[in-house]
Amino acid sequence: MNRNYETVFILNPVLSEKQLKNIVKKYQKHLEKNKVNFICNESLGFKNLSYPIKDKKTGFFHLFQYTSDKIDVIKNLETEFIRDDSIIRYITVSLCKDGIEFNARRAKGEFNKKKK
Amino acid sequence: MKSQFNSALQNESIDRSRKQKKICRFKKSGIKYIDYKDPIFLKQFINDQGKILPRRITGTSLKYQKKVAQAIKRARHLGLLPYSADSQ
Repeated sequence: MNRNYETVFILNPVLSEKQLKNIVKKYQKHLEKNKVNFICNESLGFKNLSYPIKDKKTGFFHLFQYTSDKIDVIKNLETEFIRDDSIIRYITVSLCKDGIEFNARRAKGEFNKKKK
Repeated sequence: MKSQFNSALQNESIDRSRKQKKICRFKKSGIKYIDYKDPIFLKQFINDQGKILPRRITGTSLKYQKKVAQAIKRARHLGLLPYSADSQ
């Protein structure tokens, strides 16, 4: 059964923009190898953390949204995240029906308009 | 004299008709999914110590209180919200 997943990970703020792009590409390729359908691949930007994680108070947030029918994909991805020093923290969530709807609306930019 | 003394000891009745009825804001505005990546919205449901507010105060229904709590816990893990903050 195809399920929707969402992964957010925080990258080390010390890295340069080129390095960031390379790391993101690396994981993108890793997911594509496992036959994952990408829905969304966007950078959430540079954010302050409310408590220090691995002695860092800021970080670059990145978001992946994808559908997959294998659970192993996430297992493999998360073991690679643990091995990688440039990733401070990560979270993977499976989306419910309302979450998919919400993200589809978010992708269109409906929620950003309200804030302005 | 005796009757006055007795009346002071008696408990005053509470006027419950004035009490406002609590309304769940998610049901009212039709929000179904609570995003954990939006700390500005979630800050309405924590106090200045960083604790999750009970639904007795916010008026959220049980169904959505569970979702709010889940979203806050995810946001805390990502460092978007504090686990504990100073109340100063």
